[in-house]
Amino acid sequence: MGGNSPCASCKLLRRRCAKDCIFAPYFPSDDPHKFAIVHKVFGASNVSKMLQELPVHQRADAVSSLVYEANARVRDPVYGCVGAISYLQNQVSQLQMQLAVAQAEILCIQMQQEPVMPTPQMDPDDKSSYLFNDSLPQYLNFSSSSNVIHDSFKRESIFGHDMVS
Amino acid sequence: MSHSTRCAACKSLKRRCPKDCVLAPYFPPNNPQRFACVHKIFGASNTTKMLEQLPLHLRAVGADCMSFEASSRVEDPVYGSVRIISQLQEQIIEAQSELVKTKGEIDFHNAQQQLQQQPMQQLQMIHAIAQEGEDQPLWLSSSQQDPFPNVNQQLLEDYNYSNTFCGFEF
Repeated sequence: MGGNSPCASCKLLRRRCAKDCIFAPYFPSDDPHKFAIVHKVFGASNVSKMLQELPVHQRADAVSSLVYEANARVRDPVYGCVGAISYLQNQVSQLQMQLAVAQAEILCIQMQQEPVMPTPQMDPDDKSSYLFNDSLPQYLNFSSSSNVIHDSFKRESIFGHDMVS
Repeated sequence: MSHSTRCAACKSLKRRCPKDCVLAPYFPPNNPQRFACVHKIFGASNTTKMLEQLPLHLRAVGADCMSFEASSRVEDPVYGSVRIISQLQEQIIEAQSELVKTKGEIDFHNAQQQLQQQPMQQLQMIHAIAQEGEDQPLWLSSSQQDPFPNVNQQLLEDYNYSNTFCGFEF
C-alpha cells in the first residue's frame, strides 16, 4: 500500500503517501470520491484519529460505515443517517402490524376448525401476547422530511458480511 | 457583543461566544457532553459549516441528528449509527419472511375450505336442477350421455350412496 502511487487521501491532501499511511489500505487511488466525501463530513484528521484508535482488523468496517454515514449526510443534510433509521423503523412497525393481523386471521381459522370446547377461564393478568413480537426499541422520534434516500436505504447492503452480533 | 454565558462549543474551544454564535442555540452550556461528541466526530468547523448550510428553521433538528450520530459513533467506534440501520434491515427481512409464511398458511386453509365445500355446492346445484322438472337426475340414467361433463361422476356417486350426506336422497 502507498508505494509509488499515492492513495486517494494523500492525493486530495496533496502530501506524500508514506509506506505506513493509515488511509492507504482503505482509500485506494482509483476511488477518489470515497475519501472526498468522508473528508467533507468528518475531516481527514478526525478520520485518522478514529482509525488509529481501532485495532487493524476493525478498520475496514469502520471506514465502510463512515463512508455510509457521510453519503447519508450529503444526501440528506438535515437528517443524515437518522432519516434512514426513522424510515426503517416505520417499515418495521407496519410489517409487525400486518403480521399481527395475519396471525389473528390464522387464529380465527384454527378456532373455526376446532371442535366446540368450553371457554377457558381467562386470566386477566395474563399479559402474554403471542400475536405481537417484542416491541421494537424506539431509537428516535424524528420524522424525515426527505424522501430521496428512502428507497436506497431499504435494500442497500452495507457490508459484505454479517456485522451484527 | 457576546453571550454573558458562553455556549458549550465556545467554552470547549476556549473562545469568546459572540451574540450571533452559530452553535450557541444548539449547544447550551448545561450539556457539554453533547458538543464534546460532535466536536470529536465531526469537528467544530465542519459542524458550523453543516449548520450554516441549513435554513434556520431546520438547524435545531439538524443539530440533534448530528448529535445522535456523533454519540452513536462514540459509543460504537466501528459501526456508529449504521449498526442500528443494519439491525432494522434484518428485522424487516425477518418480518417479511414471517408475513409471507403466515399469508401462505391462510391461503392454504382457505383453499382447503373451498375444496371441502366444492362437492357440496355441486350436489346442491344438481339437486336444484333435478327439482326443476326432472323425475330423476339425468346422470342416474346410464343410457344418457353425461349432461354435466364438468362434474366428477365418481364423487357424486359416492355421495349419492352415502346415507349420512346431509340428508340428500335421490
